[in-house]
Amino acid sequence: MIPEIGHYALILALCVAVVQGTIPIYGAAVGNSSFMSVAKPAARGQFLLVLLAFCCLGYAFAAKDFSVLYVASTSNSQLPLHYRLAAIWGAHEGSLLLWVFILTIWMVAVSFFSGHLPEAMRARILAVMGLVSVGFLLFMLTVSNPFERLIPAAFDGRDLNPLLQDPGMVIHPPMLYMGYVGFSVAFAFALAALFGGTLDAAWARWSRPWTTVAWCFLTIGVAMGSGWAYYELGWGGWWFWDPVENASFMPWLAGTALIHSLAVTDKRGGFKAWSVLLAILAFSLSLLGTFLVRSGVLTSVHAFATDPKRGLFILVFLAVVIGGSLILYAWRAPRVGLGGGFSIVSREGMLLANNVLLVAALGSVLLGTLYPLFLDALDLGKISVGPPYFDTVFVPLMTPAIFLMGIGPLAQWKKASLPDLAVRLRWAFGVSVATALVVPILMGHWSPLVSLGLLLALWVATTIAVDLRERLAHTDGSSFTGKLAMLPRAYWGMVIAHFGLALFITGVTMVKGFEVEQDVRMNVGETATLGGYTFRFDGTEQYKGPNYIAARGSIHVSQDGRDVTVMYPEKRRYTVQNQTMTEAAISPGFLRDLYVSLGEPLEGGAWSVRLYHKPFIDWIWGGCLVMAVGGVLAISDRRYRLAWRRKEVEVPGGTQMARQTVS
Amino acid sequence: MKLWLYLVSILLISGHAMAAYEASPLAENPQVEARLKALAVELRCLVCQNQTLADSNAPLAEDLRREVREMIVKNMSDKEIIDFLVSRYGDFVLYRPPLKTTTTLLWVGPFLLVIGGATALVLVLRKRQKKLAAVALTEAEHNRVAQLLSEGANRP
Amino acid sequence: MNRFLIPLGIFVVVLVFLGIGLTLNPRELPSPLVGKPAPSFSLPQLHEKEKVLSSNDLKGKVWLLNFWASWCGGCKEEHPVLIHLAKSGEVPIYGMDYKDRREEALAWLREWGNPYPLVAVDESGRVGIDYGVYGVPETYVIDKAGVIRYKQIGPLREDVLQTKILPLVRELQNQ
Repeated sequence: MIPEIGHYALILALCVAVVQGTIPIYGAAVGNSSFMSVAKPAARGQFLLVLLAFCCLGYAFAAKDFSVLYVASTSNSQLPLHYRLAAIWGAHEGSLLLWVFILTIWMVAVSFFSGHLPEAMRARILAVMGLVSVGFLLFMLTVSNPFERLIPAAFDGRDLNPLLQDPGMVIHPPMLYMGYVGFSVAFAFALAALFGGTLDAAWARWSRPWTTVAWCFLTIGVAMGSGWAYYELGWGGWWFWDPVENASFMPWLAGTALIHSLAVTDKRGGFKAWSVLLAILAFSLSLLGTFLVRSGVLTSVHAFATDPKRGLFILVFLAVVIGGSLILYAWRAPRVGLGGGFSIVSREGMLLANNVLLVAALGSVLLGTLYPLFLDALDLGKISVGPPYFDTVFVPLMTPAIFLMGIGPLAQWKKASLPDLAVRLRWAFGVSVATALVVPILMGHWSPLVSLGLLLALWVATTIAVDLRERLAHTDGSSFTGKLAMLPRAYWGMVIAHFGLALFITGVTMVKGFEVEQDVRMNVGETATLGGYTFRFDGTEQYKGPNYIAARGSIHVSQDGRDVTVMYPEKRRYTVQNQTMTEAAISPGFLRDLYVSLGEPLEGGAWSVRLYHKPFIDWIWGGCLVMAVGGVLAISDRRYRLAWRRKEVEVPGGTQMARQTVS
Repeated sequence: MKLWLYLVSILLISGHAMAAYEASPLAENPQVEARLKALAVELRCLVCQNQTLADSNAPLAEDLRREVREMIVKNMSDKEIIDFLVSRYGDFVLYRPPLKTTTTLLWVGPFLLVIGGATALVLVLRKRQKKLAAVALTEAEHNRVAQLLSEGANRP
Repeated sequence: MNRFLIPLGIFVVVLVFLGIGLTLNPRELPSPLVGKPAPSFSLPQLHEKEKVLSSNDLKGKVWLLNFWASWCGGCKEEHPVLIHLAKSGEVPIYGMDYKDRREEALAWLREWGNPYPLVAVDESGRVGIDYGVYGVPETYVIDKAGVIRYKQIGPLREDVLQTKILPLVRELQNQ
């Protein structure tokens, strides 16, 4: 009964979405206020209906209802409750429901926080989101129904993939989807502006906070995915440039470019058409990611079970949504006027150069990801494009972008002087170069890549310091902290986000440059040393988990004779699918991670053990977290908080003409 | 004499015991293993869903690692080992796509994107500056502006 | 107006490729050995351990080399097709027992039938690697000069047999 309620709720939600996607747009086109006002209640109604469906599916999992096909294939009676609930998004159908659910969450958020927008704009935004929702709901109801029944019901379920039975599974997909789907808001803003023909600086100002919030979520989502791969997969790596990882990284790159481009459009009214295009691109990449994961077109560890019918549906959906928005763009964007002028050497110029580099990096990742498909489709053979390619190509592209990150904030708007900037930054440059050259030597091993990485990270940090010092000098205030408090939060957001990136770069550089590993056979009582730490194997014991049996090893770690910690790597056998999993033991630290995984049991109670010492690796995810914090700070800036409380002043219709920009 | 022998034997035994506590490397030959790892990280496990030869536990991956190890022991060069695998499995086995006519676009593409993007940016900016400079105010518009400004100043 | 159409143009190209991609199988690996001499092997036979099956012995005729194993599910699937083909006598199918155990392989053949005049045992899988085998079953068509002419990846289906393999075999036999 409950699954049927969920199913009907989805059907109703589809009807509401169709209404939401069509009537408000028509209303905005002809100026009919009552039609336009359909958007808000429709969005909220849709949210409630999809929430109901989501809860019904959750109930089916919690109650172990194996008469629902999806529950039977992804759950099991021995699976603990929190994983049974996380299994809602453990496979294709349920993750689609999560997608739509999160889309409705964003719709509701827009319906509440858009009081300051003109009604026509809000109507169009919610309508575009409604149309996207129509696509996904239709997809679910036709070929991917999570409520499909299994008759006769299964006695027990096939269990959730053991790789996914982990806390990371509970948070990573929702975070990631909040980001992915969040870009639909920026996308909707862009289309609404193109529909309405009013593409001005105000549009950029309204769009920015939504874009930044989605970007924050995506940053955390991608970072979590990486962190989860690190501790769950057992091979100590954290990024493989796998097609699905790339599918989440490309929207992030586009989103970052969009945030910076919106800054130009907001402040100087320039490059509106470009910002709109980036907004379309960011969401298009999200949709492309959805396609790649579910169509079977590329091989990936993350791919959901594939089905050509599904792939075709999503492809048609892509064609309609992305093709449609690009046609709209080609039609309307040329009419958009130019903003204020600026010279090539200026803050705007540097922000746009940053955009060029980010988009080139994005394009390269896309090229590398799809290239095997291109060649295969043209019958030119089968190749693989993996980490060696991406690492070789990505670093040279990002290096100038990060270098610009140091200069941009100090450059003046409209026109800046290179010699002047050079003088202001010479101290920062000198310190960065010197430190970057010396530190690796002190750590025992110099390499050009390590120095480059450190140089970039230090450059970002020192230029932040220079910028801060200059601004404080120009700020009136009684005390140092008083002056700091006077700086706008948007500025702090930028500083902290950039600093987060510097931390990230430091983490990546140090880990890649200085990590060490050892493969040893350990008898009980034997020790191995790595990175200054001594690891002593104290044997294994049998351990029974809720749905697995494990051999749990005990490794005692000490340094210079002092006890540091005890680590418990496990080798688990999940009984339902009879799959063996390696659970690595990690001892995290501010300056290093110790990582131990069990290999195979050998004779005499000995085991093969792999030990890693990874310096600064937690700075990678710490840096991402700091970046996201910066983003949150930026949106909590005073002008946004004031704007949301204030309603837009109703301007009489006649003055619409005044909005046309000079072209 | 007996005491001396006793002490020496204790030292020998305890020395041996301490040596027994040091774990030995899993591989017989660490240099060979290091070279194997460097190669295996760039090779693809053919039966996995996107994993390197180094990380996979699949039986074919173990067999291939064994083959590569034997080739390293025979002192074959990296290129010879790679050629061995490519002649049997094709370029698919390499995670670093070789530079050939079919992959030129792949390797040159990123570079082209940057150059192209930078050129486009510079050209567009220059064109904009010219367009904006061309829109100069006429005499009548100058007067209108002055009039509006003075009106604004007179308002309470 | 022109430059605003560029994004759409790029998208259409990508879309077309993605559409073609839906019809392809990214995991299927065509063999670079087609058109090259079949790697030579000399392995003990399954049924009579002391005897050896060598690829050189088979020069001068067209033959099929079928890699199989008792633990392989797909091999069961294609087995009726092989039995049928063996009965027709058109082309001999020699078996290569890949990474298997003798007793289990013999038992498997007893249960499901033996289409092979002879079976060689590749216990270590080395010959498999030489042939670029990455999963069983895989079948090769080898001509009179000992050159590989076709590789079938996965179970041999009746339709592929009739439309691709048998015509090729007949053509090679007439050479």
